[in-house]
Amino acid sequence: MSNEEFKPVLLARQGKPNSHKLATYKADGGYSALAIALAMKNTEVIDVVKASGLRGRGGAGFPTGLKWTFLPKELNGPIYLCINGDESEPGTFNNRVLIEQDPHQVLEGIVISSFATRTTTAYFYLRYEYGRCYRVLKDAIDEMYDNNLLGKNILGSGYDLDVHLHRGACAYICGEETGLIESLEGKRAWPRIKPPFPAIEGAFRRPTVVNNVETMACIPHIINRGASWFMTMGIPKDPKNPRDAGSYGPKLYCISGHVNKPGLVELPMGISARDLIDKHGGGVWKGRKAKAVVPGGISMGFMSEKELDTPLDFAGPGSVGCLGLGTAAVIVIDDHTSMIDVLYNACRFFAHESCGQCTPCREGTAWSTKILERIRDGRGKLSDIDVLLEISSSIGTIPGTTICGLADGAAWPMKTAIHKFRSEFEEYIQSGRKSESRTLAGSH
Amino acid sequence: MAKVTVNDIEVDADAKDNCILAARRAGVEIPHYCWHEALSVVASCRMCLVEVGEKKPDGTVVMGPKLVPGCQTPVKDGTIIRTDSAKVKTAQQMTLELLLLNHPLDCSICDQAGECYLQDYTFKYGNAASRLDEPKIQRMDKYHIGEQIALFTDRCVMCTRCVRFTREISGTAELQVTSRGSHEEIDVFPDTPCDNKLAGNVVDLCPVGALCSKDFLYKKRVWWLKSASSVCTGCSTGCSIHVDQNEEKVYRLRPRDNPLAQGHFMCDDGRFGFKYIHDERRLQKPKLADAFASAASSNNLSKMNSYGDLKFADPWVDVLSFTRSKIKEAIKADARGFVAVLSPFMSVEEAYLLASYLKSMDKRVRLVLGCVPVVGSDDKYPKGPKGESPTAGKVKFTIRSEKCPNRLGVEAILRHFEGELVTLDQAVARADATAWYFVGGYNLGWVTESIDRAVGKPSLLIVQDIFASPLSERADIVLAASTFAERDGTYVNHSGLAQAARGAVRCPGDARADGRILMELTERKGLFNAMTLRKEIGMVVPSLKALADGDLGEYGVKISTAREPLYS
Repeated sequence: MSNEEFKPVLLARQGKPNSHKLATYKADGGYSALAIALAMKNTEVIDVVKASGLRGRGGAGFPTGLKWTFLPKELNGPIYLCINGDESEPGTFNNRVLIEQDPHQVLEGIVISSFATRTTTAYFYLRYEYGRCYRVLKDAIDEMYDNNLLGKNILGSGYDLDVHLHRGACAYICGEETGLIESLEGKRAWPRIKPPFPAIEGAFRRPTVVNNVETMACIPHIINRGASWFMTMGIPKDPKNPRDAGSYGPKLYCISGHVNKPGLVELPMGISARDLIDKHGGGVWKGRKAKAVVPGGISMGFMSEKELDTPLDFAGPGSVGCLGLGTAAVIVIDDHTSMIDVLYNACRFFAHESCGQCTPCREGTAWSTKILERIRDGRGKLSDIDVLLEISSSIGTIPGTTICGLADGAAWPMKTAIHKFRSEFEEYIQSGRKSESRTLAGSH
Repeated sequence: MAKVTVNDIEVDADAKDNCILAARRAGVEIPHYCWHEALSVVASCRMCLVEVGEKKPDGTVVMGPKLVPGCQTPVKDGTIIRTDSAKVKTAQQMTLELLLLNHPLDCSICDQAGECYLQDYTFKYGNAASRLDEPKIQRMDKYHIGEQIALFTDRCVMCTRCVRFTREISGTAELQVTSRGSHEEIDVFPDTPCDNKLAGNVVDLCPVGALCSKDFLYKKRVWWLKSASSVCTGCSTGCSIHVDQNEEKVYRLRPRDNPLAQGHFMCDDGRFGFKYIHDERRLQKPKLADAFASAASSNNLSKMNSYGDLKFADPWVDVLSFTRSKIKEAIKADARGFVAVLSPFMSVEEAYLLASYLKSMDKRVRLVLGCVPVVGSDDKYPKGPKGESPTAGKVKFTIRSEKCPNRLGVEAILRHFEGELVTLDQAVARADATAWYFVGGYNLGWVTESIDRAVGKPSLLIVQDIFASPLSERADIVLAASTFAERDGTYVNHSGLAQAARGAVRCPGDARADGRILMELTERKGLFNAMTLRKEIGMVVPSLKALADGDLGEYGVKISTAREPLYS
């Protein structure tokens, strides 16, 4: 399916009056997938999701159906489903739009996924700052209880499910799978060491699945239209690479930064960054050229202008040195912007958000921020660049020095910015000039 | 059993071992901060990163692509651990450089210097210089963190051992982490200081100089301290301890790991309860009642002792032979009326020396067990959220209500020599004693009014004790004795574990170790030697035959399996 003939799936109901109400959702054919799923066996639902090739939309891109199969086969107590709505990756706002505009689409996905995973209690972990989402979701869940879409014996199927809406703890780390679980349990959101993985021992020491909001929104459509329909969209798996799981289905791309038309667009997986900016983001603002583009949230690193033709699917950004697709939140940086300022801003964010558990992340993020602060103050040294590179290569789960991926997210902007814009850093340091952009308050 | 290869050294590791323990078996140190045997694994300090691989059955070696924390990684048959590769060394250097970024490097005024893992590991694994060019984060010291504990916030490496201790072992959960990232600090909630009875352990657990004991703070550089392996005499748990002394002064007690006794920790009652050994009111020399003194002076008590040209007055000269003759006299007059009271603060050896001596003179001499101090009921940890005691099986530490170290050991001696166990209360109730030999050694006053009244004024009253009491005031003979820190000996704890304690310091003034007093009194040849006596006791007393080896090892030996240790 080409991008031109693609009609939005997840955003199909966006902008319709009262799109967040149950009545309008049902009028548009909502909850038909739930009825279909409840008539199936739970393992059949998993098989359909597995066959569709759906990969988690939260950032890591782990195959959703496969994740569900890691749950224990024998049921000796509750299994929990946690919905990760702690959307806090800079530049990302797809969950927010999905929840505010079409909460029932997400909730229908949650009920189907809960049924598939034999969950009877699901927790919706919602970013605290999303006040409107909270109100919309709360009303939507109330409506569902009133209409036998939640609670006991859903739609007469004999299946029971409760969904608890939990407001988050205002920290980036709460969006990490096990940090979320700890936070949900009322603790400090310190990611857990693995193993055991959540599918074996998660929330309240029970098997747990954590899925992203956008992933949930895809589920009803897969059940309604089938796995093969889902696979007509996106980039098929690379036959030469047995580890590639392909990038199927529609994806919400968040466009922000120096573009004329920032916003959220839905497209089949695999559009190039250049097309996305030019065709859907209205081009770079003020008639300028792009200097760098963040492919999927700041933690994925930077693509340079030359690399903009890279397809934004699960494999694409990795091929140009980025960490991955992430949340597909594209941030455009124009050629009037100093990469030193951009990188400083990214590092400052991660130093602020590091949970402080592992030494390399806690100290490394703060140190790199301090170094960049000094460079921005005109007191940089050329050797600082190598120190930054050394920090970036020694923190994270990829070298194995931290528990969670936050440090990888902190390392990649550093790595990619310095590798791709090293001459700019050198020139800046040698000039000894001070940054013209304001220093943000509360910096480390 | 699992065959594990650590840096090409093959060892048999336990299947439950993590990499740190397996490497320890091979004599290889994997540096670590956050991991502690008694606490949960958090794998957050990242000091113990190692390379781990597996030797497949066909002999091929597959190394993992990433560094893994040694604390979190279990070993199995064929596991290969590398701690000496360039990758591991670089990671260790980086971790140490990062840990030292905001560290004040104030070793010169830090109490931990000399036993600090930040110092040691930096010396062994770190870089010589830091590349930090920016100002360090400065933080406020927190003297309010506990009555006995001060927190030097900027020295902290955020290993969270202390936080986990208060959550998992004491159960009181006073300590916690506040703030985030590099601004993290250990703290307490306002008005809830870390004052539980196990709080002092967080100072030992702290691998750096962040948590310091206020009691020990700035008192002594640790490299001047000499350690003696001993046993805490505060209660019948009998925690294994180190007694750290310098120039005849004990500065601190520290727990010594002993899986058979208490585990890794000790309580603050024991830890800070040793001050009485340096109390100025201690009995410092033997004393004879005036009537006896004049009799003894004709017996050359005041003669000068001379070694070569040196002449000095030795108050012990002839006191013991005089005491001996008085004991003989009293036993001759009324053997049944001679009562020796053996305190549960005595070591097994001392109890044996006195009991065997008196019984050898006359079988009718009575031996009784001195007061057994009991305060409240056993205090068990971890506490629940409301301060409730843990359920059976979940107990990780117990402070026992029986506040003496060796009731079982002295009882074993008494049962052997006396046949039955008679308590002091029973003995005074019979009111037929004509001569008393009291052995005290209690850390607190023990002579109650009723004992005082019941003893009255017998024909002979001998008191061997460390503090003056109404009895010693009017005793005919007072023998100034020793505390646990001043003598070697064996103590049997609540579970029947016999542990050897070593003396650390000398007695104050002219006081003498009980063993030395009794060796001379009983006219035994040679000096007091706990090991030799243990061998003898093991032969003579069947219930104590486990002591026959003489050497009780690091952890001690069980003399009875009547009660299992609560810590395992």
